[in-house]
Amino acid sequence: MDEKTKGIIIAAQGNLVTVRFDGTIRQNEVVFVKTGGQSLKGEVIEINGNEAKVQIFEPTDGIRYGDEVVFEKDLLSVELGPGLLKRVFDGLQNPLEDIAEAAGYFLKRGIYLPPLPRNIKWQWNPTAKVGDVVYRAYFLGWVPEENIKHQIMVPFNFIGKGVVKSIAAPGEYTVEQEIATIEDEKGNVRSVNMINMWPAKFALRFGERLLPTEQLVTSQRIIDGPFPVAKGGTFCTPGPFGAGKTVLQHQISKHATTQIVIIVACGERAGEVVEILREFPHLDDPQTGKKLMDRTCIICNTSSMPVAARESSIYMGVAIAEYYRQMGIDCLLLADSTSRWAQALREMSGRLEEIPGEEAFPAYLASRISELYERAGVIKLYNGEQGSLTIGGSVSPAGGNFEEPVTLSTLAVVGCFLGLSRQRSDARRFPAIDPLISWSKYGERFAAHGDETMKTRLKIIEKAQKMIIESDEIGKKMSVVGEEGISIDDIVTYLKGEFYDAVYLQQNAYDKVDTATSMDRQNEQLGIISKVLDKNFKFDDREKARNYFLDLTDKIIQLNYLPREASIYGEKKQEILNMIEGE
Amino acid sequence: MVKTYNRIERIKGSIAQVKAEGVMLGELAQIKMSDGRSTLGQVIGFNGDRVSLQIFAGTKGVGTGDQIRFLSKPMQVNCGESMLGRVFNGSGEPIDNGPEIMAEKVDIGGPSFNPSKRIVPKRFVRTNIPMIDMFNALVISQKIPIFSISGEPYNELLARIASQTDADIIILGGMGLKFDDYQFFKDYFTRTGAMEKTSMFIHLASDPVVECVLVPDMALAAAEQFAIKDKNVLVLLTDMTSFSDSLKEISISMDMVPSNRGYPGSLYSDLASRYEKAVDIEGSGSITIIAVTTMPGNDVTHPVPDNTGYITEGQFYLHGGRIDPFGSLSRLKQQVMGKVTREDHGDLANAMIRLYADAKKARDRESMGFRLSGWDKKLLAYAETFEKKMMDLQVNLDIEEQLDLGWTILAQCFDRNETGLKNTWIEKYGKWDK
Repeated sequence: MDEKTKGIIIAAQGNLVTVRFDGTIRQNEVVFVKTGGQSLKGEVIEINGNEAKVQIFEPTDGIRYGDEVVFEKDLLSVELGPGLLKRVFDGLQNPLEDIAEAAGYFLKRGIYLPPLPRNIKWQWNPTAKVGDVVYRAYFLGWVPEENIKHQIMVPFNFIGKGVVKSIAAPGEYTVEQEIATIEDEKGNVRSVNMINMWPAKFALRFGERLLPTEQLVTSQRIIDGPFPVAKGGTFCTPGPFGAGKTVLQHQISKHATTQIVIIVACGERAGEVVEILREFPHLDDPQTGKKLMDRTCIICNTSSMPVAARESSIYMGVAIAEYYRQMGIDCLLLADSTSRWAQALREMSGRLEEIPGEEAFPAYLASRISELYERAGVIKLYNGEQGSLTIGGSVSPAGGNFEEPVTLSTLAVVGCFLGLSRQRSDARRFPAIDPLISWSKYGERFAAHGDETMKTRLKIIEKAQKMIIESDEIGKKMSVVGEEGISIDDIVTYLKGEFYDAVYLQQNAYDKVDTATSMDRQNEQLGIISKVLDKNFKFDDREKARNYFLDLTDKIIQLNYLPREASIYGEKKQEILNMIEGE
Repeated sequence: MVKTYNRIERIKGSIAQVKAEGVMLGELAQIKMSDGRSTLGQVIGFNGDRVSLQIFAGTKGVGTGDQIRFLSKPMQVNCGESMLGRVFNGSGEPIDNGPEIMAEKVDIGGPSFNPSKRIVPKRFVRTNIPMIDMFNALVISQKIPIFSISGEPYNELLARIASQTDADIIILGGMGLKFDDYQFFKDYFTRTGAMEKTSMFIHLASDPVVECVLVPDMALAAAEQFAIKDKNVLVLLTDMTSFSDSLKEISISMDMVPSNRGYPGSLYSDLASRYEKAVDIEGSGSITIIAVTTMPGNDVTHPVPDNTGYITEGQFYLHGGRIDPFGSLSRLKQQVMGKVTREDHGDLANAMIRLYADAKKARDRESMGFRLSGWDKKLLAYAETFEKKMMDLQVNLDIEEQLDLGWTILAQCFDRNETGLKNTWIEKYGKWDK
């Protein structure tokens, strides 16, 4: 190994320091600043002659002129391997629970612990054989981690063709123990263990990219219905404060039908993470029967934690999700909130005295955002298996106004926009996704690739969407001219729209049953709704129409609260069908 | 090893640059001016041997030949029992003519709490104000702002909360306070006896802006020391808009690129790092924060209330001398309502608010000259009673009395089947004749 490059601090302001170095360094290389007996992690962000600007990920109080700086050669990397699930990391992949054990209640700076537990022994099942020809990201064997087969892969930084020289016998191994040796084209034999390193800011993708065509079922009707998300697709949820972004994100993280969920709490309240941390270990995952926490990994860099690490937190999360995708697994990454991440970019850009763009965000904001969302996608692995990574980001636009740089840049790159509105949350219509402004580009694709059920479903939804728009226009007219100025047919249209909104789009996150609706049940509900929308109702007066729909709406909502296994479910459903037929 | 320097090279805004060696980021320095005054400053950056100092008292009258001593320690605050009953300025010096504090000192702006050590808060905070306890109950470790406009009695409200609450310790951080307001707090606390458990950090409107920015850090660092010693601390901050404006002033004078309406791009993080100090330490004390945020032009989309809204756990709107029951929201209330408090709490509060919302509509109908039904008249009578007995900020009742008062008002204004409340509650708690 070559000597590490060293340098000294010559200037500092906030968490940006200038280092004079002697030797060679790399852009975005990790450095450690030795000060007052501690070493603080940082990253090179600008190089000029023999001076480099370094952003420090921690509070910088106490740094002096002349403090020693060591350049680590590696870019900011994420440590990958078994033992990521069920864990909580900060934006630099420090395991927060272990840190609490080591340092107590407060996050003292300068403490770095290994992300993967070193003491756990994993049950190793080799699948590669001596003599196999391998490339990077090829499977060597697997260990069981919670409910998945965690594939141990040829290191991602292994260049060219390799030949397996030895492979460890089945048994129990820690992540640091050798499980194989591989010889490269030059004849060097490399020892491989279960730890794989990857620079977090680069996309980790080995395989062919495919178009996402399969639906990711979130069990949230308003999403799965009119604004569906694809496995391997992207979506965003912008909304003003108090509109229920976090509840929605939690709902998706609980009920989405995916194997792995990575939650990045980026610059938001610590309290929100606490809810997940305390709740998920006790909630059942309906797909596997295990606990929700077993499929979850949390990256948590809350608002009071260092801003520079907030920027890296999202990359850490994405890289971990990509790693699992590389095993042929469906992953979902939820980032709350990308606005705080963008603000971290802005703070750093300001300190670098870069020329600011709109609202002082750096000019490269849009390209960073698209880079991030582009890391989602479906890939086909070397062995034909497929893995997917879906990315959902919440956005917190200033003043709830979507005409701002982060929201606009995000909308330009995502496949699905779930806009939350203050009006809907004030009217207590939850989830407060506004059906009039939201859109999804995936629906059409599902129609082209889907089966008959999917096609019927999409037709009903399209019809209902039209009804909602018409209903809204009539509602607006009504608020001007009063109910008397509207024809009874229009009133019925209006009521149909409201009906669809109330029984399908709105969903009670706090009700045991209604909180998540399976695809099958959604189709059944849509069947009933379709009957109502198609029916040509004749009412004598407005009052009667209103009462009829009130009654019908209430009956269906009550049905939504009933589990389908309930003995009276069939009876109640028939009652509703009779009511629609009879009228 | 304390070195003295006496060559200031550059002065701009509140920043002075001096040539010095071996200084640390964040270190304090003392500046002795030629007119005998002395002030503190903090190292905010260095480039080679040129050190930038932020002067707490402002650079007015600072001379190029003034003496500067570096103190080899960061900004600290006194902590402990001897702080109680005392008043300090933004630099942490006593301003109540009391004796010098001889106590342990801790650094301000310390590390943040490990999220994995946080617990789900579920301890109820009593304020004895019905619009808070009954309708938007506060929970220990909550952080909540009062959104208001200049001229509203938000300081009176804070003072009432401070003297009525069951918190062990109260720490008041005043930023940009008028002298009258400061005197009001002092008199009020002394009169009600709350002063014994109170410590105040006061920045008056006429004081230098740098001290304004220090106030929340001072107050919260002191609070943290009490909290880890098993005390439940209530921190009151008024007004966070002054704090943000001071940040704006300083950042602009330091040539930082402004983002929205002149505020620094870091405003969200700056506010969040203070509010996030609120915590409930498992098996120990806690910090709860109630802050005032005045909304310039009564505009909730202004950067300060807007960023605050994303950080805090709900908000109270103070309009026309009352806490508005509609916009106000405590996001943590369901943790305690009906669980820690009496079982009928949640349902009763919802029913009363629903009826009050109906009453508001009846009032609209009345003002538009429509004929009122008998039900409308009942609602109007209810609204009046409700406003007088519950919404008035002078009311001081504990939660059990508030609940009983609620039932009494309902019984006075409505028949027992008109409230939409569960029969079990009516049987058990209703005040109607049997």
